[in-house]
Amino acid sequence: MPHDHQHGEHEALIIEDEAGNIEAQIIIDALQQVLIGKGLLTAHEVTAAIAKLESPGLHLGAKIVAKAWTDPTFKSRLLSDGRAAVQELDIPVTEARIIVVENTAQLHNLITCTLCSCYPRSILGQPPSWYISKAYRARSVREPRQVLAEFGLDLMRDIKLVVHDSNADMRYLVLPEPPHDVERYTISELETMISRDHLIGVARGDG
Amino acid sequence: MTRFSAGDHVQVLALGKEGHVRIPHYIRHQTGRVTEYCGTYLNPEDLAVGNTSGRAVDLYRVAFLQRQLWPDDAIPAQDTLIIEIYDHWLRSVKETENAP
Repeated sequence: MPHDHQHGEHEALIIEDEAGNIEAQIIIDALQQVLIGKGLLTAHEVTAAIAKLESPGLHLGAKIVAKAWTDPTFKSRLLSDGRAAVQELDIPVTEARIIVVENTAQLHNLITCTLCSCYPRSILGQPPSWYISKAYRARSVREPRQVLAEFGLDLMRDIKLVVHDSNADMRYLVLPEPPHDVERYTISELETMISRDHLIGVARGDG
Repeated sequence: MTRFSAGDHVQVLALGKEGHVRIPHYIRHQTGRVTEYCGTYLNPEDLAVGNTSGRAVDLYRVAFLQRQLWPDDAIPAQDTLIIEIYDHWLRSVKETENAP
């Protein structure tokens, strides 16, 4: 019988420390040493592969936002079916569904994944290390305004903050507010204004 | 026909399930409002043990007031958290004053 009790229900044991899973690290270090020793791999290739994995692919997110800022019908399609609209731009989306949440003067959105590191990778690449950290995962829901302040964003109290926990099958992108004089800029100028952090919601155009 | 639709008041159950579940502890027992039906998806509790032939389950996005989740008067009253909850983790509740 499912027990809906108040006592004894506990979080899964944490088997890794702050530095990550030590046991896996030892295995990986040993494997890397063997591969390098046998001349199958160089240390440079390893760091280059890590750099590639961690490169954020920012241009894809910026392209989507700049298009939405300059094409109202695209923007409405993006907000109603993010995946289909993103695919219009020839960006292959591997996620089941992309939900795009729009920032306004009165509303700010923040994306997190408290359980692991769910992230719209086909659009933004690998998440930054802070996004995966236990500190961000816990604090982004518990004290999101303090987290934003640490990113340099002091969100005014009268702006509604909505935190989206991508704990299951949806993946999220924040659509930041356009500059008030958006029509003055070319698409490529607009794209340079849009960072990965805007699309996660730890940055805001005006802040 | 889904069990819930946007605007419905719901409570997240604490099913006490072992293994890989996608409903974090902080949201269990809490009451909120459905914002959106997301479609049906294979149950991650089945997928985690290699069962890909389980029944697909309905998934909803549910909104909760931050002030209700965390006892902290400094949290602005309108601040909200939205999270995805599978149908079997939800029960219907009467309208409450706490839901966004």
